[in-house]
Amino acid sequence: MPTEPVPQGPTPATAAPEGPTAPTRRTFIATGTAVGTTVVAGGVLGTGLLPGSEAAAAASAPSSRLSLTVNGTRHTVTVDNRTSLLDLLREHLGLTGSKKGCDAGACGACTVLVDGRRQNACLTLAVRMEGAEVTTIEGLADGDQLHALQQAFIDQDAFQCGYCTPGQILSGVACIQEGHTRSPEEIAEWMSGNICRCGCYPKIVSAVQQAAGKK
Amino acid sequence: MHPFTYTRVSSTRDALAAGRRGGRYIAGGTTLVDLMREGVEHPATIVDISGLPLDEVRATERGGLRIGALVSMAQAAAHPKVRALFPVISQALELSASAQLRNMATIGGNIMQRTRCTYFRDVTAACNKRDPGSGCAARDGFNRTHAILGASTACVATHPSDVSVAFAALQAQVHLLGPDGERRLSFADFLLRPGTTPQREQALHPGELITAVEIPALPRPLASGYLKVRDRQSYEFALTSAAVALHVRGGIIREAKVAAGGVGTVPWKLPAVEDHLIGERPSDALWKAAAKKAADGARPLAHNRFKVELLQRTVERQLRTVGGHA
Repeated sequence: MPTEPVPQGPTPATAAPEGPTAPTRRTFIATGTAVGTTVVAGGVLGTGLLPGSEAAAAASAPSSRLSLTVNGTRHTVTVDNRTSLLDLLREHLGLTGSKKGCDAGACGACTVLVDGRRQNACLTLAVRMEGAEVTTIEGLADGDQLHALQQAFIDQDAFQCGYCTPGQILSGVACIQEGHTRSPEEIAEWMSGNICRCGCYPKIVSAVQQAAGKK
Repeated sequence: MHPFTYTRVSSTRDALAAGRRGGRYIAGGTTLVDLMREGVEHPATIVDISGLPLDEVRATERGGLRIGALVSMAQAAAHPKVRALFPVISQALELSASAQLRNMATIGGNIMQRTRCTYFRDVTAACNKRDPGSGCAARDGFNRTHAILGASTACVATHPSDVSVAFAALQAQVHLLGPDGERRLSFADFLLRPGTTPQREQALHPGELITAVEIPALPRPLASGYLKVRDRQSYEFALTSAAVALHVRGGIIREAKVAAGGVGTVPWKLPAVEDHLIGERPSDALWKAAAKKAADGARPLAHNRFKVELLQRTVERQLRTVGGHA
């Protein structure tokens, strides 16, 4: 199982409270933390790990301000334009359920719903998410009541190491919504964007079948 | 990843203005962001065109189909008109990438996607496509997945798109909008073979924008379909593939549209196969004889000799699937 990655590359983002007293990016970095009306986030991450030239580039790198809704909570953030949606979620909003596997759109561990559709958060530039509604694994349960597919993964023992599981579940939720659950073969095909290193595929298919009411 | 400025446009006019200043268009971003992270691409300015009104699928007056450049792969594949008129397009799309990527990637971006040659994506390797003049590490390297058709001394990389194979077979046209107005290019003229300039992959002018792909009207009934052969059953690029469309009337094949993927530096139209079919009666013997010509002119490399026979068998199988047993 991959270790939890440290922030790689310059992906700074700062969260700014809404309103006229918002600190500038620079003063924000100096203080390191800020508490806004809807957001708690750290300062610039990762730059301390960079070689001098890249750190200098990161300090002056173009950034953008945007608002998006994650699991029903509105956030207004300023991000380095290079920041992926995945890094915004994990490193800046503290939502580490979405996993970084390949960071190249090849494994599906980062799958989230954007405006109800599943997509790879690693290949999504955060700066393009203005106005988007994002759902991550943290947003699926209703209080203590697990989402039917979360419960089905437990019932069917559909994971070993668990690293791919959040992406599998978000992808499965979309697969069910799309109606691609008429047979185990159809589920396998429409879930093929999510790789499981432990090889739990038959049980993952069973879990999707269960949640779709087909088992 | 290199720093870049980001701008979002809401009109084609603003897009073209930004493009003229050297901005790089981004739609789905599934290829571009990946290659930026790999250090292969490093645009200074990204122009987000996803808000442009180019996301419509509609039938043309003569019975063809016009697919807007910003229609996602998922939307195009699921569209009732696409499914009804050209199953080969739906099938090629749904056999591509993953459900997640198909939600993001667009038709315009799909035909712009760059090769999956591992040496192209490895910035430490020699690659004339990424770094003109540096050489080609694939030609004498591990070239099992590379091209057997259309290669040059400079480049042996395949074109990775599946739906482009269907577009090539059906002789689609690419609609373009530039500073000097609109123009159309046949699909065959849009994608360029590597020759001595493999870094140039499309016949686009600087700043030009793809607005749509148009499939011409074809005589009906038209049976069509796509077969993709690969190392994994799903979520993998083609080793070989075949797009086939046949119009049979009175027991005679009147129209045949055939192209192959995974084997050429561009989607590979197969006129010799088509010519062999037209005017004949469908039969297993005919499919076999026509498919023999699919690999005409093939020049395999050290590790991909298997693709010659695999291509012939892929085309034969798909001719039989679409044209039927007889």
